[in-house]
Amino acid sequence: MRTDISNINEQSPCEDLTEGLMIFAGGTSADFKTGEWRTATPVFDSVKCKQCLLCTPVCPDGCIPVKDGKRDDFDMDHCKGCGICEKACPFGAITMKQGGM
Amino acid sequence: MSSKSIEIRWHGRGGQGAKTAALLLADVCFKTGAYVQGFPEYGPERMGAPITAFNRISDKEIRVHSNIYNPDLVIVVDESLLASVDVTAGLKTEGAIIVNTDKTADEVRQFLNGYEGRVYTVDARTISVEALGKYFPNSPMLAAAVAVSSVMDKESFIKEMRASYEHKFAKKPEVIDGNMKALTMTFDALEDQLSAASER
Amino acid sequence: MSKKDRMSGNEAVAYAIRQVNPDVMPAFPITPSTEIPQMVSSYIANGEMDTEFIPVESEHSSMSATVGAEAAGARSMTATSSCGLAFMWEELLVAASNRLPLVLALVNRTLSGPININCDHSDSMGARDTGWIQIYAENNQEAYDNFIQAFPIAEDSRVHLPVMVCQDGFITSHAVENILLEEDADVKEFVGEYHPEEFLLNPGKPVAVGPYAISAYSMEAKYNQEQAMIRSKEVIREVAAKFKEKFGRGFELFEQYRTEDADYIMLIIGSAAGTAKTAVDELRDNGMKAGVLKLRVFRPFPAEEIAEALKNCKAVAIMDRCESYNGHGGPLASEVTAALYMNRAEVEAVSYVYGLAGRDFTVETACGIFKELSEAAEGKKFAQHRYVGLRTRKGQ
Repeated sequence: MRTDISNINEQSPCEDLTEGLMIFAGGTSADFKTGEWRTATPVFDSVKCKQCLLCTPVCPDGCIPVKDGKRDDFDMDHCKGCGICEKACPFGAITMKQGGM
Repeated sequence: MSSKSIEIRWHGRGGQGAKTAALLLADVCFKTGAYVQGFPEYGPERMGAPITAFNRISDKEIRVHSNIYNPDLVIVVDESLLASVDVTAGLKTEGAIIVNTDKTADEVRQFLNGYEGRVYTVDARTISVEALGKYFPNSPMLAAAVAVSSVMDKESFIKEMRASYEHKFAKKPEVIDGNMKALTMTFDALEDQLSAASER
Repeated sequence: MSKKDRMSGNEAVAYAIRQVNPDVMPAFPITPSTEIPQMVSSYIANGEMDTEFIPVESEHSSMSATVGAEAAGARSMTATSSCGLAFMWEELLVAASNRLPLVLALVNRTLSGPININCDHSDSMGARDTGWIQIYAENNQEAYDNFIQAFPIAEDSRVHLPVMVCQDGFITSHAVENILLEEDADVKEFVGEYHPEEFLLNPGKPVAVGPYAISAYSMEAKYNQEQAMIRSKEVIREVAAKFKEKFGRGFELFEQYRTEDADYIMLIIGSAAGTAKTAVDELRDNGMKAGVLKLRVFRPFPAEEIAEALKNCKAVAIMDRCESYNGHGGPLASEVTAALYMNRAEVEAVSYVYGLAGRDFTVETACGIFKELSEAAEGKKFAQHRYVGLRTRKGQ
């Protein structure tokens, strides 16, 4: 029953779909590049950033990775450009620029 | 139904054990190898409300799943029902009715809407109080049902009921003998009525 | 060796549950199925089975928990009646569309209103399009036998659909009757161990069950579910054949009682079929060629097979213990007449509604219907959607 779901797409015939549309994989949202949807893009200023990490938990798409207690640059593959991080930043370290970039 | 089939209707009041008696009768007849059905008519019953239960006992497989409208035998577990329930409705003239009362059959007959078949009475209260010290009409009425219907002979009935009580009252062995006494007292009490009927 | 016993329909199902010993049983009590979880709880308390029993706060929860447990990889089941089934509605569809082979012991009871506790089929018939397999019992023996067959049908890889095992509330659920019981070991062997291929609690093999599907996928998923329902027909037959081989009692999608040369056939579901058979025997003794087609499996609906079985009779009475409120017949009548038409079987058909909310169905009632059928076949005109056992000013 377990099939390679990466072979399934919107053109797949019914016979090729899984039973009950079960998805035989974990973390498949990583493969779905929602960054393509972006019409505005956050720009990160590492000089102004105080590493308070207020931006990380407010990102709806988890696109602000934290490494060794410090935030990294944005995950542009998945950032949809909503701008919430810009509003949350007390130090002006995040600015939204028009365009998907 | 064939000659070896019998249909019984029980009338009682919620909480008196008429349903249990019907299920016990099915149980004891099953042990003799018969096909049986025992079922109550269900509704929003409460303690004291009139209830009906039924038995079919046959030597053939029973397929009918309806209530019984033309019983061979009616058993009235509570005498006060005679005033409010048409207990002889559909009862076959060649059948019989057993009423739990301290009255005689002739005295009871006037309350039976002109029923012309056999009428038997059992004073289950007196029997139960004497045998068990309390009023449980169940055992006497069950014995009466067997005595009148002859669905099985007395000896095998007594034997099966002892086994059944020994199982049921494993933790209260003191009530086994009382219940057994109630059964035999009922058979004895009915003996004269039954022989009188067979002479008629 | 089969063992002769006597018990009520609820006892028989509880006994079968003990023998199957499923992994999980969430349940919420409702008349007339209450005794089933009650007896199972006693079996568990007495150490006679080790099912995880989950007392939940509603039927929506009992079916949700059954769905969750089954998806997790546990053989799961529940029991209910009437409004309890109605309250499960949403989850019934989730169970079927997620292709979960769980089992529901349904004790048929009418749906409100008027509020009433007695038998009719409005609960299960209302759930007829939820994607469940539905198997109905005439008596306690069949309730027991059908329950044992339910898991092998549901869990077959060609099926993977939930199964509703139905019996008539009070009429069989609370009636003590003779029954043949099978040995625990034989039942366990017949049902087998449950080893799902894919399940949630399966380390290293992640799976998502019941994901959102956009329109591009949903229609295909529903079609695939329908194909599984179609395939279940042969699986139901295969399981019945194995059951007969092991226990000696045979089952089909429907039972044909004295129909081979019958002019008049009554098509009926559940406990009333036994009453109808008794009527047929009486009528046959009096020269009428009467027969009964007892439908055991309503889902999948054996349309072609029914049309084939009915095509040579003069008239058929299609008996619905349920109203559709559509003005032209109950669900069984609608499906059977459609089956007759689609298979070009031109048979006089009369739709009867009977036995609603515990209204009794007697041998006399059945005989009266056969008489009406013979009149219909002789050309007498009357409404083809009829009630039987109803009080009216005009009488019957």
